[in-house]
Amino acid sequence: MNEIYIARSTAVASRVLDGEIVIMSAVDSTLFSLSEVATVIWQAADGRTPLSEIVRSRICAEFDVAPDAAYRDAEAFIDDLARHGILRVSSAPISSDEPQVAAMAASIPVRTA
Amino acid sequence: MSLMQQLNAKALRMGVPLSVHLDITYRCNERCEHCYLDHDDHGEMTTAEIRALLGDLAQANVFFLVLSGGEPLVRRDCFEIIEYARTLGFNVKLKTNAVLVREKEARRLRELGVEQVQISVYSHRPEVHDAITKLPGSLKRTIAGIRLMREAGLKVTLANVLMRSNSRDGDGVRELAADVGAHYTLDPTITPMMDGNTSVLRLRLPADELRAVFNDPSLVGDAESFCAPPPPVDDGIREGLPCSAGHTACYVSPYGDLYPCVQFPLACGNVRKQKFLDIWQKSPQLAEVRSIRGKDLTTCSSCTHLGTCTRCPGLAYMEGNMRGPSSADCEKSFVRTGIPTAGMLARASGANPVHRPAPGLVQIQTL
Repeated sequence: MNEIYIARSTAVASRVLDGEIVIMSAVDSTLFSLSEVATVIWQAADGRTPLSEIVRSRICAEFDVAPDAAYRDAEAFIDDLARHGILRVSSAPISSDEPQVAAMAASIPVRTA
Repeated sequence: MSLMQQLNAKALRMGVPLSVHLDITYRCNERCEHCYLDHDDHGEMTTAEIRALLGDLAQANVFFLVLSGGEPLVRRDCFEIIEYARTLGFNVKLKTNAVLVREKEARRLRELGVEQVQISVYSHRPEVHDAITKLPGSLKRTIAGIRLMREAGLKVTLANVLMRSNSRDGDGVRELAADVGAHYTLDPTITPMMDGNTSVLRLRLPADELRAVFNDPSLVGDAESFCAPPPPVDDGIREGLPCSAGHTACYVSPYGDLYPCVQFPLACGNVRKQKFLDIWQKSPQLAEVRSIRGKDLTTCSSCTHLGTCTRCPGLAYMEGNMRGPSSADCEKSFVRTGIPTAGMLARASGANPVHRPAPGLVQIQTL
């Protein structure tokens, strides 16, 4: 299995309200409220820890879920957040110095009133 | 219920100031004829004071931060303030006239992850826009700034305040917004100055032109429904809150004064003398604002428009009573539906005279 690395984008705003993480993308202004499991993934998304390790050591250790199902759910969640510019995904570890916002700007559709 | 509505409901339940509007300066490079501010510097918060305030706001779980002015970019530390706000995880919206925005500034705003920029544009015609801002060449520079921000990938909204002098130019500004790829919002509200001076109200759109705005489907959607008579007032409306001011939102001036809203100059405390959260949780003024329900409004509680009126408690306060009617909103409700409001009927009978400045309405509040 090829490893996947995930890192939180800095182009977001986030707050913990009543135990839930609320995130808004600066790319498309989408608002997310993360579930408990998603919150664990978000907090573990340091760019260095492989997703498989996050699922094994954090998700499966803290929640009653089978590893395969947990990994599939995590992949779907990551795809969704990555589409909105909230998570960065790579097949190699992600440095916090990598440019983020400028690269995303190129993909923003021009909206009319 | 949308996620945003759920978030607001949760913030209200928890007493969280979800949204804060912070003016970092009242200084400005324009002198707009309808502006409610005086533009001298009477002792703005320093960079260090603003950084400390931002830390307190983050601790209070503020999520949405509107940075505005005056013109915020006249402060040399504006980008430092934005950068610090972003490191604290705020969703930052910037209000500017874009006159000082060049390629470097546009790119920096984008790099910092500013979620949205709102820019005041009064007309697509330089002679009209520049006459309002009293800054020759301002429209040209503003549009250049807008284009640079769009090229940098920023979301931009053109805010079009409509008044007598630009009442015919709404369509032109809307076309300009479409041309540059920006959103468009229209606002026919002119507010008294922060010191209670009401002379700027002469600039308000006349009723017949306001009526045309309210009946324009391209602005209000389904105009027939928008202008329909209000539905019957029920207990939900009578127990309802007038607006978010002081409940999940508040305003902080460049001098550290905390108000329920930028349009509601009721001094509740000063962040130079007290911690933000202390004011938010313990201010008697905020407690009073929070105690008001629809049924408590002196005249409006008996008004058929209670459930649909845009009544602004801040404008009402500036007329002398935060529980009373706001004459500007009475006029809007009447123009929209053709049905007189309780406030209008009371004024016609000699009660509720309009535009009595509230006592102690000052821009620089000493507590």
